[in-house]
Amino acid sequence: MSKTALSLSVGLAAMLAATPAFAQTEISWWHAMDAELGQRLEAIAQGFNDSQDEYKVVPTYKGSYAETLTAAIAAFRANEQPAIVQVFEVGTGTMMAATGAVNPVYQLMADAGEAWDPSGFLAPVTGYYSDTNGNILSMPFNSSTPIMYYNKDVFEKAGLDPEVAPKTWAELETMGRQIVESGAAPCALSSAWITWIQTENLSALHDKPFGTLENGFGGLGTEFVFNDELQVRHWDNLKKWSDEGLFQYGGPAGAADAAPKFYSQECAIFMNSSAGRAGVITNATDFEVGFAPLPYYDDVIDEPKNSIIGGATLWALNGKAPEVYTGVAKFFTYLSSPEVQAKWHQETGYLPITNAAYELGQEQGYYAENPGSDIAINQITRGTPSANSKGIRFGNLTQVRAIVDEEFEALLAGSKTAQEALDSAVERGNQILRDFEAANS
Amino acid sequence: MQTKRTIFPNKLLPYVLLLPQLAVTLIFFIWPALQAVKSSFEREDPFGFRTTFIWFENYTRLFADPNYVNSLSRTAVFAVSVTILSMCVSLLLAVAVNRVLRTNRIYTTLLVWPYAVAPVVVGILWWFIFNPTIGILPYMMRGLGVAWNPRVNGDQAMILVIIAASWKQISYNFLFFVAGLQSVPQSLTEAAAIDGAGPFKRFFTIVLPLLSPTTFFLLIVNINYAMFDTFGIIDATTSGGPNQATNTLVYKVYADGFLGLNIGSSAAQSVILMLIVIALTAIQFRFIERRVQY
Repeated sequence: MSKTALSLSVGLAAMLAATPAFAQTEISWWHAMDAELGQRLEAIAQGFNDSQDEYKVVPTYKGSYAETLTAAIAAFRANEQPAIVQVFEVGTGTMMAATGAVNPVYQLMADAGEAWDPSGFLAPVTGYYSDTNGNILSMPFNSSTPIMYYNKDVFEKAGLDPEVAPKTWAELETMGRQIVESGAAPCALSSAWITWIQTENLSALHDKPFGTLENGFGGLGTEFVFNDELQVRHWDNLKKWSDEGLFQYGGPAGAADAAPKFYSQECAIFMNSSAGRAGVITNATDFEVGFAPLPYYDDVIDEPKNSIIGGATLWALNGKAPEVYTGVAKFFTYLSSPEVQAKWHQETGYLPITNAAYELGQEQGYYAENPGSDIAINQITRGTPSANSKGIRFGNLTQVRAIVDEEFEALLAGSKTAQEALDSAVERGNQILRDFEAANS
Repeated sequence: MQTKRTIFPNKLLPYVLLLPQLAVTLIFFIWPALQAVKSSFEREDPFGFRTTFIWFENYTRLFADPNYVNSLSRTAVFAVSVTILSMCVSLLLAVAVNRVLRTNRIYTTLLVWPYAVAPVVVGILWWFIFNPTIGILPYMMRGLGVAWNPRVNGDQAMILVIIAASWKQISYNFLFFVAGLQSVPQSLTEAAAIDGAGPFKRFFTIVLPLLSPTTFFLLIVNINYAMFDTFGIIDATTSGGPNQATNTLVYKVYADGFLGLNIGSSAAQSVILMLIVIALTAIQFRFIERRVQY
């Protein structure tokens, strides 16, 4: 009895202590980070809430990226929108076109009088999320870029040097063949995100356009052009390797089956987002993992360009009270501080968004202690971004990606050649771009 | 048949009593349906800032789109296969259980279990069993020389969703068939047995015709189920792929509306679906109601 009374009074005291003397402004934040990533994200919100007592950020998990975006849009139409929503890079075109719905971050920071220095961010990140006037519209949060993971044990078993990853696609093919023929693993390569990695990033790396008008940055009138020689050649290769058993397809979009193929040592090489690092380290318990940049065709380009980013940014939605946006601005400042960014980056495998966070990691000796953890950042910051490697911006990109996946599946099933599949993807994709243009102008 | 008629002295009261039910129907069914009809004639950006009335363009484009026509035929294949498979298997099970006298309750209970499993869980379950990398069945099939990969092979993907969807529906059909079989008078089958009819002949000439109201009812219910209630299974197993091989009408509504944010086209598709449901329901009422009383 006394125990109950005690715990009750303790609970009451805790509640009283937690309730501040004055009303806090609540900032709702809808996100799409589940499991480990979700916990890390909540820790960031908690850290901000503990750092001051005027504002309270309330994170809510809303499902996958696509579900979160749909939920936010539906909520906006019903005037129930959150102050902040996390939108994946694919939704950027859609969000940018919705000028009335968005409170652009550069404006938001200026209104709140918060310091705002875009040059502190990594260039490829800011480039991706700036409008045509160079203003950043959404707050970079979790950006990633695809890298290559490989099974060092299998490499060794196949008689390859486990410290040397394939640099080019030609090397990858030779090594892959050796791996399969020696019986070290039944499959050489699997890849998540055929669209993002084997098509969009492939184009950027080789300085080839993905669409006209600077990959869509120049306006809504853009058209896809990714049915060119390079992409056809690469898809042809993937088809050939798939038939020979060198490559195994893991499914559309994020490819649910691709990672298990790597974890179970069925496939020796795995291409995925740098944010997959935590998952790879957790699951690759029976073998040693190597990290490397994405391969390229050395007869197409001598020095591959930077890769392009994926991941998500935070958008502030219109329709809230002014003090909410002041709070959002303060939260964004907290979020982009080197300590918070470096921690998030190191725990998750996402890129450090700011140069300061990267430098902090270097000072802490993080990259020296964790070999391979700087592959992604080196790959995305190498060279000078060109119009083709700055990123891509297309409306309704989710649908376009679904189409590209479908056409790739048609190629693998043998019902189309690479040229036919890519032609069809471009044609159907352009139809969607025209729809988007019509609906937004 | 005569029904009792209640006469209300107050003319208004019956309507007031009906009001709650009517309100629920209006708010949750009729109003959203009308919204869908309205949206199907419009083109709109996702946030709803710009709306253009475009008459039937959403519809004409749907039927000009080979992918939509493909989705129609895929749905037909899927619905017919699921209906036939689940009904045949459940009839077989029901007949078997009907012959077992003592333990049939235990069998019945066990056979009804799958019905309580959520569609998504069913999908995940079968996805696991048939997963080319970690599944048990592809492993065994590889031993038999069958290359199983529903991620690439559309026909295999279709087989996968058909099996998953049928498995879930078998319990439901089974219950109705068991009830139907128990209402077949023993005297008829006994009389036929005395006349020298074997078990197969008795089943096909006596039991099956007497089961026909149940069968017809289940036919409609199963087609409805396969067409409209299998979203979760498809989402969890194939997501409509590969290359739209399992993209049924319901899944396409979701994919275009919720993932693609193309509200106009998605609304047009739901209106077409609604018409199909109305047609199926009309058939059900017209024929079943008539045939149940014989």
